[in-house]
Order: sequence, then structure tokens, then C-alpha cells
Amino acid sequence: MSAPMNTSPDRNTKVMNRFDLTSRLVTRLKNEEAVVGGIGNTNFDLWAAGHRPQNFYMLGSMGLAFPIALGVALAQPTRRVIALEGDGSLLMQLGCLSTIATLAPKNLTMVVMDNGIYQITGSQPTPAAATADLVAIAIASGLSNSSWAADEEDFERLIEQSLLTDGPTLIGVRIDDKPGTGTTRRDPVQIRERFMHGLGVRQPL
Amino acid sequence: MAAAETAQSWHEIVLNTLKRNDIRLVPYVPDRVLTPLIKNLHADSFFNVFPTAREEEAVGIVSGAWMGGMRGAMLMQTSGFATLANVLASLVVPSQIPLIMFVSERGTLGEFNLGQSLVCRTMRPVLDSLAMEHHTCTRLDEFEFVTDRSIKQAITTQAPVALILSPLLTGGKAFDK
Repeated sequence: MSAPMNTSPDRNTKVMNRFDLTSRLVTRLKNEEAVVGGIGNTNFDLWAAGHRPQNFYMLGSMGLAFPIALGVALAQPTRRVIALEGDGSLLMQLGCLSTIATLAPKNLTMVVMDNGIYQITGSQPTPAAATADLVAIAIASGLSNSSWAADEEDFERLIEQSLLTDGPTLIGVRIDDKPGTGTTRRDPVQIRERFMHGLGVRQPL
Repeated sequence: MAAAETAQSWHEIVLNTLKRNDIRLVPYVPDRVLTPLIKNLHADSFFNVFPTAREEEAVGIVSGAWMGGMRGAMLMQTSGFATLANVLASLVVPSQIPLIMFVSERGTLGEFNLGQSLVCRTMRPVLDSLAMEHHTCTRLDEFEFVTDRSIKQAITTQAPVALILSPLLTGGKAFDK
């Protein structure tokens, strides 16, 4: 269908694919970085990219991928933490951008997957689709190190750069209207427990 | 009597009990009644204490920190609690996260705002519907026991708890003139 994706003329960013970008991201992780996947397609594609013990998959609580990742980043300042969030989800919790800017964790990378639609509920446009620029909102919230990725290579470069930067980074990517590739196993206790093992907080029984 | 003279205030009990239980991370959305507690937490370098834009955000932060090995607790008022049903039901309870919540109780015992008194009535039904542990703290002489035991129970049983700070304990918010 012709989903109303972000097409404002001031953007020269390529429309990419969530699963492809998530796979590119996961491939680059060599230091047991924590990854928090937001509700729905964002964590489905994280799951599909290959489960890692350091992955946390959100099953509800829409909009909390960045706050959860912030909590992990504060608890483990020497570990890099990456959060993947959808545009509709971020719209639910824009205030968290200011909180993160104020606390300025050195080890947090945020990725916004922006297709301008609620794909999973029937591809309805978000209220921001035709008007708002989420990266501009992030910058205005105090996250000065925020930018759109122009294409896949630029995304990889921005990720690489963020892993070496002493401060929070936000990367916006325009994505297509494809659904998630896999389906996360919806077992919240096991997801939480395995994540804690992956972060070295607990040992398995 | 010397013991009475040296008795801690309710907010000193909260601060000291958090510290004793190694709870360092304290995000909050403020409330007038919580002001002395928030001020003293900010003044103590043991704590990482900061405001969030919404209570839900604080739940996410404390949950993430718990999974990363750092203990936290959050502060809010009754109307803030009323925004949490979704995150409690979809993250905290099913994931078995020991979220420790201090809720300054507005809406009762001299409330002057009808909206506050109505929203207050939604709090305990939400807690009960999720079978969440909660205590309404009314007495200073019991408060340290309730707080300390509740924190320890939350952590050891991996279950959230809400400690509701009644105006009987804190004095509440005085009527607007």
C-alpha cells in the first residue's frame, strides 16, 4: 500500500529497511553491548537478527525503550547500551529525550526507526508523519548529537561513531512500511532473567 | 523523653531506609508533600536523584537499572500513579521487577480539589486488580518497619510494592486559601 511515509522535501535521507539496519547494527557489536528493543516490530526484527543474551525485548509499555535503556546505562556505565525505538513509540514519551539530555549518559545510543506509520495496527499515519522532524525534536530537547542517517553506510558510520563517543547519541533512520521479520517469544520473565545473565548481574541456577 | 526528641521525621526515615538498602537511583515527579525528601536526597551524594517528565518514564528507568544491577525507587503523587496502569501490567508485574514506589497521597483527608479526590479512588483498585503489594502508611512509629520490610520483601520476592504516604503520616497538603 502507499503508506504516508515521511516525505518532507528537506530530507535527502534514503528509505531503508528495519530488519536490514538492525542486522547491520547487531553484526557490529563486539563488546557485549546491551540492546533494548521497543514494542512490536522493533523488537521482532531485533529477535530476527539473532538472539543475544544482552538483548531485552519490550512486550508492552509502549514508549519506554529509551527510559529502560537509560536505566541500564546508568547502572552499567562501562557497558554501551543501544535502544531501538519506533517513531510512534517515541511520540508517546518525548519528555524522555530531555531527561536523557540532562543526565547525559556517556554510553547510550538511541535509534529511531521512522516510517511515519503505526505499521503493526494497520499502517495508520502517526500525527507527526507529515509535520514533525524527530531528530530536530531531539536536538531541541538538548541531545545535540542527533542526526538522520542518509543511507545504510551512513547508519553504520554513525553507529560506529556513537560507540566511541562520550555522550548520548540519537540516530534517526527513515524506514519502509514492511512488518517485522520474526516474532519474539513472549516470555517476559525469561526475557528479563536472560538479559540479567547477559549483563553479568546474575548467574543461571 | 529523649527517644521522642530524637525521633526521625517520615522523610528522614525514607532517606535512611533507602540508603540502608543500597537504593541509589531515585527518579521522581514532584509533589508538595515530598519537597523536604526530594531536597535532602539531592543534597546527599549517595543518591542519583532526578526529575522525569512522566511517572511512566521513571518506571522504565528504575526497571532498566534493576536489570543492570542497580537498585532504585520512585517518588510521585496519587495522580501520577493513575498514569501507570499500562506499564505496571505490561512490564513490571509480568517481568517480576521489584519496583519500589512511594506515593504521596492526595485526594483524601481534607482534599480541596475534586479531580484529586476522584483520581485517588482509582489507585487501590488498580493495585488490587494486579495483586500488587501496597501499604497505606499512617503512623510514624510503624513507618520504618513498614518501609524497610517492604523494600526487602520486594527485592527478595521480585515483586513491586507501593507505599502510600497518607496525610496522617506526612501532614498532607494544606487547604488552599
